[in-house]
Amino acid sequence: MQTDNLIQIESVTKVYGTGDAAVAALRDFSLTVTTGESLAVMGPSGSGKSTLMNILGCLDTPSAGSYWFAGQDVSRLNETQLAHVRNRRIGFVFQQFQLLPKLSAWRNVELPLLYRNARDRRSLALHALDQVGLGNRIDHRPNQLSGGQQQRVAIARALVTDPDLILADEPTGNLDSASSRDVLAVLRELNEQGRTIVIITHDPEVAPVAKRTVHMRDGQMVDEVAA
Amino acid sequence: MSLLHTIETGLRSLLGHRLRSVLTTLGILFGVAAVIATVGIGQASSDSVTARITSLGTNLLTISAGSSVSAGVFGGAGSANTLTMADVSGLQDRQSAPDIEAVAPVSQGRASLVSASGNWSTTVSGSTTDWLITNTRTLSTGTFLTANDSKTRAQVIVLGPTTATNLGVGVGDLVMVKQIPFEVVGILAATGSQGFGNQDDLAVVPITTAQDELFGGGSSVQRILLSATSPGTIGSAYLEATQILLQTHHISDPSQSDFSITTQTQVLSTAQAVTQTLTILLASVAAISLLVGGIGVMNIMLVSVTERTSEIGLRKALGATPGDLFRQFVIEAGVLTAVGGLLGVATGFAVGYVVPRAANIAVTITPLPVLSAVGVAVAVGLIFGVYPALRAARLAPIEALRAQ
Repeated sequence: MQTDNLIQIESVTKVYGTGDAAVAALRDFSLTVTTGESLAVMGPSGSGKSTLMNILGCLDTPSAGSYWFAGQDVSRLNETQLAHVRNRRIGFVFQQFQLLPKLSAWRNVELPLLYRNARDRRSLALHALDQVGLGNRIDHRPNQLSGGQQQRVAIARALVTDPDLILADEPTGNLDSASSRDVLAVLRELNEQGRTIVIITHDPEVAPVAKRTVHMRDGQMVDEVAA
Repeated sequence: MSLLHTIETGLRSLLGHRLRSVLTTLGILFGVAAVIATVGIGQASSDSVTARITSLGTNLLTISAGSSVSAGVFGGAGSANTLTMADVSGLQDRQSAPDIEAVAPVSQGRASLVSASGNWSTTVSGSTTDWLITNTRTLSTGTFLTANDSKTRAQVIVLGPTTATNLGVGVGDLVMVKQIPFEVVGILAATGSQGFGNQDDLAVVPITTAQDELFGGGSSVQRILLSATSPGTIGSAYLEATQILLQTHHISDPSQSDFSITTQTQVLSTAQAVTQTLTILLASVAAISLLVGGIGVMNIMLVSVTERTSEIGLRKALGATPGDLFRQFVIEAGVLTAVGGLLGVATGFAVGYVVPRAANIAVTITPLPVLSAVGVAVAVGLIFGVYPALRAARLAPIEALRAQ
């Protein structure tokens, strides 16, 4: 395999259930993402894009096929090893923001650092909040922030560990159009700074942020477009 | 995640649900406090029973008359009139009973004592000079009964200090028992015993006077108290007394004997066995409440895991390992029970301080029940915390994230 391939998925199949109830959410799926690339994965619900996101994010392992992430075969790792990969190499951005309501903005951003016993957590967290333009909101609780600001806090949390990959799952799904533009601008900027970004979405307005778009249907890739 | 941060995270989440945490802690608190208090009360009553029995002297042997069986009705030990003054003189024979130091017959009953300034109901025992030795008592003032008092059926009485105080009498005063005047010749020194079986509230009169004037019964006596020459000769004194009584009662088969001899050690061990059983019973009930408290902890931890499913999912996505989450939830359960346990110890000591002053019930708190109650509480918390913590650790991150 080539070293500049951050993600290399080969003939991955993911089956849920057993026997007659077995459903293949991904079928013989292959995908390569190089370092520094930005990719949008589009498809209607049920197309398998959530399953793809879980496997890309090391939240789940494939039933068959191989997944090389940053030169490491992660398709056979156990739960603890996957947790370490997620912590060190992947930053997640979720549709529901997933901020802890009782923690201030910077405490939320600090969270992934706690699971790697990092030093200087506060200054790292403040730097990440600066990058998303929230340097003046560090002590605000999530409920004191707008939806767009909350999602930017979540992006800062994804960013704070300096990950190889930022994986965004419907990042604008819960936002109005102004906030969406805001958040997408932040993601585009991060990519321009050289960070690899994969966005999973069903929203055609989001896809143009990425330089490449793949369309999925029934667990397979149906179309690939380079912007 | 470092242990410090795990504890901090656990505390933060417990403080986030203050009322719930306090109520859960209360369950453990009461369990621990109940164990400490009940074992303390049991220990104290065991101590006081032991003290009361040993104060009577460990050299003491008590001979009781065998039970009477009339028309098939078992009358209980001491109901037959098989012990007489003849037995007493037989036991006093130094030749055949070298290991018996003192022999005191006892016939007793409850009677009302009337003095010039008041009246008081107490236990009146008829006995002889040796009563002082067998009961290991001393006088504070006056003299005790003499051999001559028994011969002459003298109307003299020796009072316990409590009795004398309550009647307002001293040596030389007159006391009426069943309308018969008795002269107070002596007051016993106090033993400090209290409550049921108070050794300071009693009266002693000559055995002959008691038999003829107070309780009747001819020359039979209810019990004979024996004092061995030393604690080491109790065994031989026991054998000698048995031999003499079998002989004077003309009984060849010892299993048919019409009397029974108990040593103070037997009484002591019986009493200790009884109080120990009671203590264990009480402590078991308290331990069950501790168990219930532990189930409360488990219940609340399960609720907490269910409630925080999406938080668990998020933490997993951010890199928390199953071990991290397991530790976090076990620590939360451990903190709940440790806090409850420590407050329970404080409450137990508070009960130990208040109850003796408020209800005149002694409480003796020893380190063992305190340590074991706290140990059990923490063990209960950890054991009952493990299952919820495992559930948290095993949650699949995707499903946990989806729960919203």
